[in-house]
Amino acid sequence: MAIKNLGTELRKHVRDYGMLIALFFIFIIFTITTNGIFISSRNISNLLNQTGYIAVLAVGMTLIIIIRHIDLSVGFLSGFLGAVAAIAMVFWHFPVFVVIPMVLVLGLLAGLITAYPVAKLGIPAFVASLAGWLIYRGALLLATLKTGTIIIPNKTFNAIGNGYVPDIFASDTFLPKTHKLTLVIGLIAIVFVIVNSIKTRKNKQSYGFQVLDKDIFVLQQIFIAVLLGLVTWVMSGYNGMSWTVAIVLVVVGVYSFVTKKTVLGRHIYAVGGNPEAAELSGINVSKITFIVFGSMGMLAGLSGLLFASRLQSATTTAGTLFELDAIAAAFIGGVSVAGGVGSVVGSLIGALVYTSLTSGMNLMGIDISSQYVVRGAVLAGAVIFDVATGKLGNK
Amino acid sequence: MEKRKILEMRGITKTFPGVKALDDVTFDVTEGEIHCLVGENGAGKSTLMKVLSGVYPYGEYSGDIVFDGSVRKFRQVRDSERTGIAVIYQELALIPELSIYENIFLGHEIQNRGVVNWNETIKQAGEMLRKVGLEINPDIKIKDLGVGKQQLVEIAKALSRDVKLLVLDEPTAALNEDDSENLLELLKGLKTQGVTSVMITHKLKEVIHIADRVTVLRDGQTICTLDAHNGEVSESVLIKNMVGRSIDNVYPGRESTPSNEVVFEVSDWSAVDRILGHKVLDSVSLHVKKGEIVGLAGLMGAGRTEFARSIFGNPDHYLIDGHLVVKGEECLFGHPEDAIEKGVAYVSEDRKRNGLILIQDIKENITIANLRELKKGFVIDTNAEIIQAQGYRKALDIKTPSLEQKVNKLSGGNQQKVSLAKWLFVKPHVLILDEPTRGIDVGAKYEIYTLMNDLVAQGMSIIMISSELPEILGMSDRIYVVSEGKITGELPIGEATQENIMQLATN
Repeated sequence: MAIKNLGTELRKHVRDYGMLIALFFIFIIFTITTNGIFISSRNISNLLNQTGYIAVLAVGMTLIIIIRHIDLSVGFLSGFLGAVAAIAMVFWHFPVFVVIPMVLVLGLLAGLITAYPVAKLGIPAFVASLAGWLIYRGALLLATLKTGTIIIPNKTFNAIGNGYVPDIFASDTFLPKTHKLTLVIGLIAIVFVIVNSIKTRKNKQSYGFQVLDKDIFVLQQIFIAVLLGLVTWVMSGYNGMSWTVAIVLVVVGVYSFVTKKTVLGRHIYAVGGNPEAAELSGINVSKITFIVFGSMGMLAGLSGLLFASRLQSATTTAGTLFELDAIAAAFIGGVSVAGGVGSVVGSLIGALVYTSLTSGMNLMGIDISSQYVVRGAVLAGAVIFDVATGKLGNK
Repeated sequence: MEKRKILEMRGITKTFPGVKALDDVTFDVTEGEIHCLVGENGAGKSTLMKVLSGVYPYGEYSGDIVFDGSVRKFRQVRDSERTGIAVIYQELALIPELSIYENIFLGHEIQNRGVVNWNETIKQAGEMLRKVGLEINPDIKIKDLGVGKQQLVEIAKALSRDVKLLVLDEPTAALNEDDSENLLELLKGLKTQGVTSVMITHKLKEVIHIADRVTVLRDGQTICTLDAHNGEVSESVLIKNMVGRSIDNVYPGRESTPSNEVVFEVSDWSAVDRILGHKVLDSVSLHVKKGEIVGLAGLMGAGRTEFARSIFGNPDHYLIDGHLVVKGEECLFGHPEDAIEKGVAYVSEDRKRNGLILIQDIKENITIANLRELKKGFVIDTNAEIIQAQGYRKALDIKTPSLEQKVNKLSGGNQQKVSLAKWLFVKPHVLILDEPTRGIDVGAKYEIYTLMNDLVAQGMSIIMISSELPEILGMSDRIYVVSEGKITGELPIGEATQENIMQLATN
């Protein structure tokens, strides 16, 4: 009975869980083909850190695509702002805690500038942001013209992309090789998620609303707990949670909250679903466009910081093609080109699928040319899957 | 001498989900005549022509089409075009960025193994233009022509395909008087050259001027076919046949009467379209009392929707001049947001295009215009949302298995109810309804009328824009008639008849 219900529930949400399942299989395949190296704590930790700068871009891009636009400028904007951060620290001797907010604000402003022609003049975002792509590419080259690659000697800054949250529960006797703080955070997260789900369910029941069957609800909670537990365990086996992962989790958490729970989020989806109806419903479409592009710019700044910090330098080619990777991640994660559909968490999973492929194939020693072919095939497959299941759902 | 019938449509029935658009319609056209097809909006004229042209393919309707001597089963528009039927729609099918000659031969280019012979094309295009009385260079791009000339190019395009039957769907709706006159003369001229035409029109004067025979449709049925040469056709006969239906029982009676308090007043309201540069509204003045239903009658394109939208935050960015007073307060709404704030709501005529968010579910659509009310701290209280939506679902009897149903899976009537629920949740003082019952069945119509009665009884004021005269007469306390952007008459319900409204709407 429970199994049968589970089947129907899964079918109903196959679109939501599809990529998670795909990610799961990708992990299994690479674990087998690399004799377990892929699933090792060290590799997973690296993989997550590599995902960081694409993941934050994908989060912003998700909102952009939801409101039926595109932003091509963010790759080089990210690279350029990384260079600005480096210059500010190395040549102007700005302290790190000034540089970080400064870069984020600059990113925000850049996003608003891209939004202006789109929201106010009706210029297609493709064109407006292509102009930005060229401009920021030029700006990046100008910024690094004299010095070439700028090495960043600042330890605090470099920790963002390479460092780990220190283990305050470090102990030589109890589980000496695991990162206890990560375990504790993981445990707290599991308890929080489950308590929250139970509370929501009880609340709904008190109104007499429909909720999931009890067995399926329990299965769902166990699944989430096991998944979080596994991720925590693997992470804690190698230095624990990195600052990058922490930042990405915070960004995804905040964006997920805003898009799913707040009025602003609902307005964003409404604009994507039908801009004319949204406008007539009293939603200021142009304001929403500014907000979404502004947030994208800010996240491009964050991405630039993450990347520069990871490389411990600003390079002349930083940010190249990041925008397309972010767009691919968003599409793999289930965002619809037609607008109004998609989720931030989905895009995070999309980004993970994308970097898992790179990481796994690197470990297998597959050369880069074949890697592109595989990534392209996965993107095509994901979008076809999405369209096919979408049609299924409409019948 | 009995002339040959070029077209016979027999027993044509076409149903849309929930609506019978055509019900056993019979329609025939004699070779070499000009046949006018008249009827109210929604009578089924355009649907009939779409059946003829293959837009609704064989199998989607029942009945027979006999054209040029044999039974036809058109599966697509190309099929009907190949047999010599050309339909010219209100929205012209020309490509603005291409030249006249490219447009005329689009789809049947003069070619030799895929290479277009442009010289021959230009020469023949010139001949076609002369045939329609247009002495201009075929090099000119379509976008540089006025609507009247575009219409002629469209006809030239049809002629270039050896057309046997030319169908024009309201060809003069967008034309000024001179251009209309021109077009009608052209049709007469083509008649002498043997071209048969069917013309759909609302302008009865044109019918009398040009038609050999007239067929009247009403509610998807053929009412009569009249012969102009027997003196059967006059404006009053046509109107009677077009609208003659009893409206008893279709409209629920209303107990409440409007108060004397004016809650909404517009004076000298003019609007100019910035892009086209023409005046869409010209010194419109009207007022609505508390608890009153005011009908805004007129033909499509008369400026009724433009009026509503120019009031409701002006999303088309018209240049506006005039005064608007809502509940004693002078207002000018810069965005629909402001209008909602002041208690004015507008239920748009096209619920699919700009009323609903089709990919979202019922409850999200109902609450989208007033999420403020559901805010608890930073978040939307989704439980309160369900309760509100549930309330409207019950009150309006929205038929759905669940509030999580996507709106695009609902029937037209239920979609319209969701659209209404959304605006009732805003709790407006003044509700502007634009074609509130378009495309929905009689049962749902009755429910919406009953709801309107309840709302005015509670003190709401309603402005109802409608092309259906019986609806205007059945529901309004007072009626304004709009024609070409102007108010051409104000009628208390006691003095209004379908005939005098039609007269005001067409002058």
